[in-house]
Amino acid sequence: MASIEMRNIVKQYGDGYPAVNDVSLDIADGEFMILVGPSGCGKSTLLRMIVGLEDITSGDMVIGGKRVNDLAPRERNLSMVFQNYALYPHMTVYENIAFPLRLSKTPDDEVRRRVTEASDVLELKEHLERKPANLSGGQRQRVAMGRAIVRQAEAFLFDEPLSNLDAKLRGQMRTEISRLQRRLGITTVYVTHDQTEAMTLGDRVCVLRKGKIQQVASPRELYEQPVNLFVAGFIGSPPMNFLPATLEGTTLSTPFGPIALDEKRAAAVGGRDLLLVGIRPEYFEDASLVDEAKRPVGSVFRARVDVTEWLGDSQYAYIPYEAPESITAQLRDLSRELDSEELRTQAIVSIDSTSRIREGREAEFWLDSRKIHVFDPQTGENLTRDAEAGARLTQMATEDRVDQVQHAQATGQTVSGQGSGAHRAGAV
Amino acid sequence: MSTKQKTWWWIGGIVIVVYCLFPIAWILSLSFKTTADLANKQFLPSTWTWENYSTILTGTASDLFLPALRNSFGICLIATFISCVLSMFAAYAIARLDFPGKKLILGTALAVAIFPVISIVTPLFNLWRQIGLYDTWPGLIIPYLSLTLPISIWTMSAFFREIPWEMEQAAQVDGATTWQAFRKVIVPLAAPGVFTTAIIAFFIAWNDFAYGISLTSTSRARPVPAALGLFSGASQFQDPTGAIAAAAVIVTIPVVVLVLIFQRRIVAGLTNGAVKG
Repeated sequence: MASIEMRNIVKQYGDGYPAVNDVSLDIADGEFMILVGPSGCGKSTLLRMIVGLEDITSGDMVIGGKRVNDLAPRERNLSMVFQNYALYPHMTVYENIAFPLRLSKTPDDEVRRRVTEASDVLELKEHLERKPANLSGGQRQRVAMGRAIVRQAEAFLFDEPLSNLDAKLRGQMRTEISRLQRRLGITTVYVTHDQTEAMTLGDRVCVLRKGKIQQVASPRELYEQPVNLFVAGFIGSPPMNFLPATLEGTTLSTPFGPIALDEKRAAAVGGRDLLLVGIRPEYFEDASLVDEAKRPVGSVFRARVDVTEWLGDSQYAYIPYEAPESITAQLRDLSRELDSEELRTQAIVSIDSTSRIREGREAEFWLDSRKIHVFDPQTGENLTRDAEAGARLTQMATEDRVDQVQHAQATGQTVSGQGSGAHRAGAV
Repeated sequence: MSTKQKTWWWIGGIVIVVYCLFPIAWILSLSFKTTADLANKQFLPSTWTWENYSTILTGTASDLFLPALRNSFGICLIATFISCVLSMFAAYAIARLDFPGKKLILGTALAVAIFPVISIVTPLFNLWRQIGLYDTWPGLIIPYLSLTLPISIWTMSAFFREIPWEMEQAAQVDGATTWQAFRKVIVPLAAPGVFTTAIIAFFIAWNDFAYGISLTSTSRARPVPAALGLFSGASQFQDPTGAIAAAAVIVTIPVVVLVLIFQRRIVAGLTNGAVKG
């Protein structure tokens, strides 16, 4: 087990294009770090540089206090789960899991013990003599994980391990990975483009865009205190709504009526002609269903609903709005960058599932203005970010992690430890 | 498929099979005919006889045929083995590594493959006599390599390209050296490719006539196809057709056996299950 430190890591391809540009990131021992971003942001490249499958153009990669830039993958003692699992088709499940041990010339009875333990943890016992071709997608995925946990690696690296599974299995494996990581207490770097995985698994999440780090923080901080337009738009589903606004005094005037800002935030956003207001879908509500006590902290506006989606536990309404040409173009660029295609300027608002708001009718909405963020459309910077509040959230997440690991270890749920007799599996 | 379509497929298949196998059936039938029966204008022999086979295996033609058979086996197997090993490494490099001149190597290999054999036989004949390779096994193995290597490199590199890169990277992360990853992961996965290539290379060497007839003069190194051309009848008025047919049948047997043995290994899809299904 080890910490991973990256200092000014750059990866430049032959054509001079920097896939990863000046990334500095510290991953603590035992931490679960997520690398997330839209396709082409360099997250996989960064992971492959950690494991040694990709050369580092410049910068330092330090694992467990040792600079590993020039070490071959096998000398770094990391284990990795590939996106398509990369199982060896000519070997049985047993031999697949045992492969790293065979390479390190581990004695046979030791190999048997460790493979049995790993297969117990992953519930692969009945499948040990089968070939990968005869396994289901989820089983293959577990074999790949077995190969990773069977030896005492310094860290686990996952490259979009769940993207080939169907939605249901993905949910199961996600909790499985989370449980396993806590139990083993091993430093983990996990690449994904799926924000659900990013939010649920990570102690901290590193958001990348075009090879540059945007923000490294706990999922809560990313959600509540995003550093810029990109992070705000990327984290959250359905995504944050961005409305054009102008400031008049301490009041923002938006397509959805005026929104009052407090003194501090008004001062922070002043001096700009045009602003973007970021409002998460759940900050909205059907005005008729809002508590009288809560009403004053927000504002009420009327708008025509285009489409509603009722999902049983929740309900979404789509409200089109007009925006200046420059804003529309910018929002379109942003959504394209986030791997989606926003064709029209519309707000997605979450309303109570009991709401009787109908499509095509005008309705009254309430919006909670306490948590809204205001962005500079030019730079994308979040003007109302409360860095202290954000840091507090991340601090809390760190404490939680330490607590969870201690708990897992105190109750004997760990299979990590010192030396060879470390794997005490089966303790679920 | 409807019944009608099925019927047409069957008819089409049978036509093709008959078209392909008819010459072989004819040779088979010829090999069982007596000398007098050869021109009987019938497909089947009027009396079945082993006479031709005994001629080439124990009779007058045996001192021509049997050493040739031994030479052919030895030379072709050695040439196949060398070309497989060499092309395995070459193809791996071509499929995996980026090095200057890669296109040149592939291009050259192709150029060699399409170069007409007959045009270099004469210079080779002179050269081989000068340096003492004429009428020896190496004297045939070397030119055979020039025939088998290009096609081996091309087929094998196609097979190597099919093997996911990740397989090897996973092995390296698991702690394997490049050589270990090659030996324990890539070679077993490429086995069907290696066998296919070996069979193709063997056939090419086995079927060669031009080198065989020109670069040998005695039974020291003469291969079967050349020996067949030297068969003669009992008198100058008799054609050795029956004996040639019998020999042709015999030299076809190892080829058929080889394909039957390796048929199971040539099945594609061994990599199924390596990656997501």
